[in-house]
Order: sequence, then structure tokens, then C-alpha cells
Amino acid sequence: MSTRLATHGRLLDKSRPLTFTFNGKSFKGVEGDTLASALLANDQMMIGRSFKYHRPRGLVASGAEEPNGLVNMGEGGKFEPNQRVTTTELFDGLTCKSQNHWPSLDYDIGAINNHMARFMPAGFYYKTFMFPRFAWKHVFEPVIRMSAGLGNAPKDRDADTYEHFYAFVDVLVIGGGVAGLQAAKAAGDAGAKVLLIEQTAHWGGRAAVDGGTVDGVPVQAFIDATIDALDAMPNVQMRHRMMGAGVYDHGYVLGYERLTDHAPKTAGPRHRLWRICAAQTITATGALERGLSFAGNDIPGVLLASAVRDYAVNFGVSVGDRTVVVTNNDDAYRTAISLKEAGLDVPVILDARPTGGGALADAARALGIRVENGKAIASVQGGKRVTGVAICDQAGEGAVLEEIRCDCVAMSGGWSPVVHLWSHCGGKLNWDDDAVHFRPDPDRPPTGAKGEAFVITAGNASGEMDLHSVLQDADKAGKSAAKASGHAPTRTAAPTGESAPEAVMMAIWLMPHGAPIKLRAKSWLDYQNDVKVSDIQLAAQEGYESVEHAKRYTTLGMATDQGKLSNINGLATLANALDAEIPQVGTTTFRPPYTPISMGAIGGEARGDIFQPIRRTPMQGWHEANNGDFEPVGHWRRVFCYPKADETREQAAHREVLATRASLGLLDASTLGKIIVKGPDAGKFLDMLYTNMMSTLKPGRCRYGLMCSENGFLMDDGVVARIDDDTFLCHTTTGGAERIHAHMEEWLQTEWWDWQVYAANVTEQYAQIAVVGPNARKLLQKLTDEDVSNDAFSFMGWSDLTLGHIKARVFRISFSGELSYEIAVSASQGRALWDRLLVAGKEFGVTPYGTEALHIMRAEKGFIMIGDETDGTVIPQDLGLNWAISKKKTDYLGKRAQQRSHMADPDRWKLVGLKTLDGGTLPDGAYIVGEGVNANGQRRVIGRVTSTYHSPTLGYGIAFALLLHGPDRMGEVVNVAMIDDVDVPAQVCDLVFFDKDGEKQNV
Amino acid sequence: MSNAVSALEGAEFNGFAEVREIGLQGMITLRGDLGSKAMAGAVKSATGLKLPELRRIEQAEGQAVAWMSPDELLVMVPYEDVQKTLVALDKALKGTHYMAVDVSDARAVFQVTGPAAGDVIAKLAPIDMGALATGEIRRSRLAQIPAAFWLVGDDTVSGTVQVVCFRSVAQYGFDLLKTAAENGTEVGFLA
Repeated sequence: MSTRLATHGRLLDKSRPLTFTFNGKSFKGVEGDTLASALLANDQMMIGRSFKYHRPRGLVASGAEEPNGLVNMGEGGKFEPNQRVTTTELFDGLTCKSQNHWPSLDYDIGAINNHMARFMPAGFYYKTFMFPRFAWKHVFEPVIRMSAGLGNAPKDRDADTYEHFYAFVDVLVIGGGVAGLQAAKAAGDAGAKVLLIEQTAHWGGRAAVDGGTVDGVPVQAFIDATIDALDAMPNVQMRHRMMGAGVYDHGYVLGYERLTDHAPKTAGPRHRLWRICAAQTITATGALERGLSFAGNDIPGVLLASAVRDYAVNFGVSVGDRTVVVTNNDDAYRTAISLKEAGLDVPVILDARPTGGGALADAARALGIRVENGKAIASVQGGKRVTGVAICDQAGEGAVLEEIRCDCVAMSGGWSPVVHLWSHCGGKLNWDDDAVHFRPDPDRPPTGAKGEAFVITAGNASGEMDLHSVLQDADKAGKSAAKASGHAPTRTAAPTGESAPEAVMMAIWLMPHGAPIKLRAKSWLDYQNDVKVSDIQLAAQEGYESVEHAKRYTTLGMATDQGKLSNINGLATLANALDAEIPQVGTTTFRPPYTPISMGAIGGEARGDIFQPIRRTPMQGWHEANNGDFEPVGHWRRVFCYPKADETREQAAHREVLATRASLGLLDASTLGKIIVKGPDAGKFLDMLYTNMMSTLKPGRCRYGLMCSENGFLMDDGVVARIDDDTFLCHTTTGGAERIHAHMEEWLQTEWWDWQVYAANVTEQYAQIAVVGPNARKLLQKLTDEDVSNDAFSFMGWSDLTLGHIKARVFRISFSGELSYEIAVSASQGRALWDRLLVAGKEFGVTPYGTEALHIMRAEKGFIMIGDETDGTVIPQDLGLNWAISKKKTDYLGKRAQQRSHMADPDRWKLVGLKTLDGGTLPDGAYIVGEGVNANGQRRVIGRVTSTYHSPTLGYGIAFALLLHGPDRMGEVVNVAMIDDVDVPAQVCDLVFFDKDGEKQNV
Repeated sequence: MSNAVSALEGAEFNGFAEVREIGLQGMITLRGDLGSKAMAGAVKSATGLKLPELRRIEQAEGQAVAWMSPDELLVMVPYEDVQKTLVALDKALKGTHYMAVDVSDARAVFQVTGPAAGDVIAKLAPIDMGALATGEIRRSRLAQIPAAFWLVGDDTVSGTVQVVCFRSVAQYGFDLLKTAAENGTEVGFLA
């Protein structure tokens, strides 16, 4: 059984006990534990079930590469699935549950798949669920979805907060092991601004577990001294619990800092996503141990040798009482030695190499441990727990020589440098035949804009595997990075490391070498996704030669651990099956993030009120206080209507229309775009931008204009006011302000750069209020001494007035057909004017109205709306706006496009009015259908509804439609198709439904 | 003009840095030939300041001129002096091709104060606050909105960062700065 040792546990503070629960059972741990070590200390060996066969799964590793130890963590707003127990620091009150089983971890109905494994080979899903086609959606998918998935999806809103941080440094060092520490030191000594980050809570990596000396002192003393030295350097910052998640172009690196995962009651953000710009990045990311492929290597109790050692040394936990070590290299002997020193039993070390190990093997023998060279595991015995191993010759086919009882197997297939971050941005790898791993090729690094390398590896991540060369390499990396970022490195020599010399390892991809199918089908490569040696071999046999294809066919390396443990073993197996060399097969692509990062961290501060910017007008506070019902218009929130008591939105809008037409309405029109265009060539410029003539406009006057793209399509409209000879004010639609300003700048900067014109977007400088209705002039007159009579201030004129003490520019324009003034004042005085208008308008029953009333009134008057009548495919001629297209001008943007044959086609749909025969209101977007069917057997469509409202003024439904030969069909009845297949008849009519002669606005 | 109010009417927040909307600030967008003598003279006569170099801001008591683009400056004067300044600029630039418009009410201005002010900004803006020197201006973004930043005056010790954004998003800008300055969220990177 796994248990806590009386001695050992260098990372623990045993005086501080912690309590936590796993599947509702209460467990005890201590400060410094990971969730993994605490579970082991409580003899919880089995932690989950595998994805496909639901096999029992226990811990394999002790770090980020762990494929099995995933749990549902926390509850409610703190719930998060797929949390890796090996990288989760234990805290008091932690709750977690195992995943991927039903009804319970011990008894799982899905485990029947295990017995069906023979019938679920690689590509099973592809092969099985192809036919019949309908069955996928209705039968297979629902069933598979029920049984699929690791963790549960969170149901509650995330209770935590997150943030981003932008950091700029000369040298970023990723990884705080001895290599990272030394690299940071070397770069820092040179004066570079250094940020050193480490994903765990501890500095020094695994050096302290593996032992050795540096400059004659134990490696831990070197680590402590280096930390102190770095701490004292003002140009170096160190952050732990921060992972280098991804390396991107231009030296951009994502860092993932976990601030409160280990102490969730602490205030502040849970995660901080660092967006780092580094001149040079050093990846001192260490190496990961690989497993060995032998039958039963997935049974709980089979762990990486390094993990068994970590649990004993770091956390004072023995995985088992009797541990069999199986290896193809010397490093695993360290595990045997440390277990023996902890008073545990190591019945045998099986070294697959015929010649065996070096100095460490001798040390193991000296401790009385039995060492068998050239031997292998034929199979592991046990179900939910290892009970023993059967031993065979590595060279043979697995004939059992001996069986040994044990409750733990520590395996080592060698070490792979963590090359992920090096590879993210294009760093290339070489296969090292002696060390049996891929290592970065320093001659083919990720390169920056000038072709220079911007990532340097250090230590194990470079493929340097012994302490001395790690330190030499790291020191060189630190100095190179400092130099590349413009700092002069010191001439200080790198520290000297000393560790036990190791014998050459041997590549072992299958154990035993000639394992028959029965054994291969139980030899796991990918634990989480249940990919075995036999699956890869089958994929190869079926023609999946590319490693990328084999990966997707078998799902090797596609689980949440992204194949950290399985990739190299998998591609070596594939290479063998294809009779190819490993470098020819190559690796799959390494993509960020290194391990999964939280969605919350990616979102950062953007949630709740600051999810996105909401643009507010100066009168927004009044609208909110007066029951404004808002609708989004771009990033603005405009008032749709102001419902009273029990009014519906529709009733409110209708009341607002009637009150405005009868007496007086107020509209917050501040969101309208306002662009000042100034210069000697301003008139010429606007003549090119608008379809009609603007240069002839007189100062003091306004003109409605249309703007088209160079392809002739209508893109914006609005009223232009001429301020003086050189200056125009262009009003745009609410959504058009920034777009049209950019459009103007683009033409001025790229095509007409020699024209003397400046444009400025002053949309937000002004609050604009439309005063609308028969009593509009009376209200205006109440606030000013100046003459605002029709003679003095005529339709389509503008005037600077002082209203009370507020300076205003008033435009007499109308989008409602009523007598109407749009009053612009500085935004800072918008609310003051609004309040004053409400008070002064009281005697006229002044009614604030929203965008729906605005829309209804403009439709009653036959005015088009950009975005309703236009959709990017409509030209002004389609809308009957020929009157606003100058025939005198030689050119304007869109003119030539509008002369092309398709644009001039008389069959283009044209805008007309529609009235239903029964007075009802048509649905928006409804199609108008003609006789017969098209080539696809569908009803022929001859038009569509673009705007439709119930007109409270007229008492019936009104609509606009784009219709084939529309203007020629006046009076004709057409059929409008409904989704329930019943056609509604409607009569084609003029666009102007109300006050065609404009008597109301021209008073 | 007593009824003129800034977007947030001087909202304040005290976290590990202080965030304050400073109220109405006179601002004029001035476009023209920045290389011309007329422009230098106009700016000098209107503000007493010289033309800022690329990406820099000239500051004096109550006045500032910032470089915004190769043909645009932002002239800052007390709110009540805007009309007077516009008249002065118009007079000095008469006959040249230029544009001077009042944008005082189109903006919101914040100050973030305290030794860790830079860390607050660095949570929201992709700029190197550690390298931002006195007299520099950066036009960048604050999370999802455009914003400009500079250090106030020549006092780098007190660390007051001035932030300008559009008026309509003043509340969003303030809420961002407030969230970033919340106690317990200190970063300790720049300070």
C-alpha cells in the first residue's frame, strides 16, 4: 500500500496538517503536499478511469506530464474539471471527485468496454459509425456523448477573477531549475532586465532530488545561494507558480501565473496571464521521463521511476512497500537507492541492457539490491492495483522466468528534453541516437524579424543530461541571451557540477523485444486515451504513415496531457512498424499552451460590467432613471422606448409616435456621427464622397447626402451642414461614425494626399437632441430671444443660438416629417439642456422617444434606413434615390460601378411601399413570391420586405420591400410568403405613407 | 458655462493606486504642417510651448502640447481658455491650411497615482510602462478602448500617469482602472 513515511518529505511542513475530501471521503494531508502526494499518503492509488476502456487508472507521474490524475475540483462557482492532481497544491478544505466513471470509481459500468477492447481497435469510431448515415445523429452520437468526456462541465458562473499583465524584459527565463537559475544569474550579471519564471512553487527543479554537488557543495546549497543572489539583483525578477505557456512570433511569450489556486481564500485574481515581450527567451524547461511499453504498464502502481523517487524524497510518501525497478538507463537506479535509503524494499532492478549500468548500478548492488541485466517485464499482475510482475528476457518473446510479488513498479525508458516552447515558434529538432531523444538544433532556432534567434535552450531542455554540462550550457545560454539583448556578459566561469557518471542507455520501445500481440495489446502508450502499441501498429498497417495522421487516427497524444508521456514512445513504435528511422517519422507539431490554461485567464478582466465597452451618451443616466428600454447599436446602448407602468414595448413606442406627431417629442440623437471636414479642397472632396453635389451648398444650409463605396453600394447617409467656405460638418449614421471617418482618411492619405483637406471625428464632442413635433418651434422660442420663425430659420438651415446660457448649434432638419430641430451642444452640457427642454416642454406634454418611434416615423414618411433597406448589395438607384445622385458631376465614388451592366439592369429589385389588404403587419425579411418555381423546385422569389411596422398614426401595417419591377407594379397585389406556407396578399404602393407634401415639416 | 460637467463628475477610487477623473480639460485637435514656422509660432503664441517631437509631449503649468501623428497635435489648456486659444490659433495660422477644433468634451481624463501606477496601466495596456519616460506620450489601448498615456509633469517619483480616452467610454475606462487598482491585485513588477 502507499503511505506516508516517517522520515523524508523535503517540501513538507508536517506540523501543519490539512484536511480535504476525495469522492466525499475525508482525507488528511500536510502543508507542502500536492493533491497527488496527499492521495497517495492516504493509500488512494486509483484515481480515475481511462477514456475509452474505462480501465482503472492511478498516478504515473509527479508533474505536468501526468496523464491519469485528473479530477473535478471544487464546487459551485469554484468548480473546475480536469484538474491535474500532480500540479495542484493541497490546501485545507479542498474537495475533489474522480472522473469518467458511472456509477462509481470502484464499480464502473463503462469498464465493459475493457472486455470489448478486441472489438474496439484504432479508428474504431471511424469504422463503426459511418453507416447508416442518419444513425450518427440519432443513435450513435447521443450514446457516445453520454459516455464520453472526462470532467463535468461547470454549471455556475466562475466566482474568481482574472487579469492580464504586459511585461517587457530583455531576457525571459522559463524554468527555475538549476539551469534556469544559472541562466538568469548569468544574464542578470550582465545587467540585462531578467524575468525568471517557474511553474511550480519551488526553485531548483529536480536537482535536489537527483543529487550531486556544485563547486564542491551539495546542489541544494548552490540553489539556495543562487536564489539569494538573484533576489539581491534589482534587474532580476523571480516568479514561481508561473508557467511559460506559449512562445509566439516577435518574442511574444504567454506566462500563466496561478496566484490563488493553492490558497483559494486569498483576495485577488486567481490567475494572471502575462503577455511578455522578451528580446530573448531562454527555455530551461528540463526533461520528462518516458515510460516503457510492457503488458500491464497501465495498472495502478506502475509509475515513472522519477515519480516514485519524487514522492519519497519530496513528499515522504512511499508508493508501495516493495518496488520493482525496470529501466534501460542509469537514472532509475537513483530511485532504487533512495527507496532503499528510506527503508523500503526493492526486490529487483530489471535492467534491459545486457551490459547493465555503471556507477549507480554498483552503488545499488552495494546496498544489497538484486540487479538483473538483460531482463524485462513480461507482464504486470493485478487489476486495480499491482500485485506482482512476471520477469522475462528482454531479447525473447516473453517466456516467464520468474514471478515476483510487489506493489509498485518504477519504470524508466529514458528522458526527453522538454522542447515544446522551443518548437512553438519553429525551432527544429535533431534525433540524438546516443541519448535516445529529440534535442533542439541550435542551428535552426525560432527566428525573429531580422532572421535572428530569439529562443535559446538551457540545461536538460538542450539535451544536456548531467549536472556539469547542464550548468555550463545554462551559463552560456544566459550570457548569449544577455549579449543578444545588448548587454556585455561577464567573464565569470560557470560553476562546476559533479554527479555520478552514467553508462550508455539503450533504446527500448517494446518490452520484451519480441512481445506477441497478446502482450502488445496490453502495452499502453497513451494512458488517458487508451492507445496501445498494437493500435499504432495497426494504424501503420492500414497505411497511416504520417505521424500526424497516425495521431489523429489512434488519438495518440490528443488527450489533455497532449502526449507528454506518450509521444516519443508512440512515434518510435510507428517508426518500427514502418521500418523507418525515428527522425524520418518525426514528431507531431508542438502547439501552445504547454499545459491547459484557464479560460478565465484568457478572458482576463473582461467580464461583468467590463466585459466590453458600453458607450454612453451624456443623457444615459436620465434614460436609465426613466425606465429606458435599451437596444445595442454598435457599442452604444440606445433607448428603444420608455415603457410606462404596464406598457409593452410596442405600446410605448406607439404612444411616443402619437405624442410626437400631436405635440412634441425629444430624442437623444447624440450617437449620430459628426465629422468636420475642412480645407480649401473640402468641397471637392465631399463631391467625390457623396453621390450628390455638396460644393454648391451655401454656408448656413444643410443637405442630405448618400455615400457609396467604390463598388457603388450605398454605405452611409446623413445631413451635411456647411459651416463656412472651408468647413463642412458631415453627419453619419450611429454605426458609421468611425467607419466613415476612416474611409475619409484612407482616401485622403492614399489617393488624394495632395488635396488640402483635414477631417476630424467630433462625434463625442456634442450631445445632440432632436426636438420634434408641431410645438417644436414654440419650445425653442421659449429658450431663446432670437428669431426662430420659418422666415428667419427655414427648413434645411442651421443657426448658432444661445438657449438659456447654453451655446448651441441648431439644425432644422427632420427625419420624422414633423417640424423638427436637432440641437447640438457640448457633451458636458448635454444633460443640462435635456433637463431644461423637459421642464420647458412640460406645457406641451413633451415626450422623450426612442429608436423604435424614430423608425416608425421615418417609415411613415418613406425615409430609408442604412442597414434596413441596405445590406451591402444595394445601390441608391435600387431605392429610388436617383434625385440624390448628381448627373452634373463627372465623378464620385461608386459612379462608374453603378454604370456597369448588372448595376444598371432594369431587373434589379426596386424599393416600393407595401400595404397588407387586412391592415396587418408583415414579418421583417419576408419574401415576396411570384409564379412558378425555380430550377431547384423552390417557389420563385421576386422580392423581400426590408422594413415593416404597425403605423399608429395610420392605424395599419406599413412596409418597404425591394421588389422586381417594383415601381411598375403600383396598385398590384403581390403575395408575401409566411413560414407557415400561407401567403399574405399586400398591395404595392408609394413609399410615402404620411403627409406626402411635407406640410407638417415646412410650417 | 457653470452647468458643464465631465463624464464622471470627478469619480475617484483608492486601491493600491489612486484613480481619479480629473474633470474637464480643454483640448484642441490641431492639424497642419508640423514642420512649418507658422505652426511652431501658433503653438508658441497660444500656449507658450514649443512643438513636441515625435511621440513626445511638452508640458507646463496648465498647458501641454502632444504629438499625435505626423500632421496632428493635441493642445491642452484650461477648459475655460479653449475659445480664447482657438482664436489665437486661428489668428496665427490664418492663410495656411490647418484645422483647429475643440474636442474638450469628447474626452475623459484620468490620473492614476502612486508608486505602482505603472503596474495598474500595464494590466490593461500593451505598453512598456517601465520604459515610459517623462515627456513621452503613448497612444495605445486600455483593454478594448483607445487611450493615450503620459507621465504628469517631470516628477517620476510620485508616478502619476495621465490617461485620456473617449468620453462615451469614460465609465468603462474608470471601471477598468478601478478593477486593475483593486487592493489584493498588486503585481509588484514595475514597483
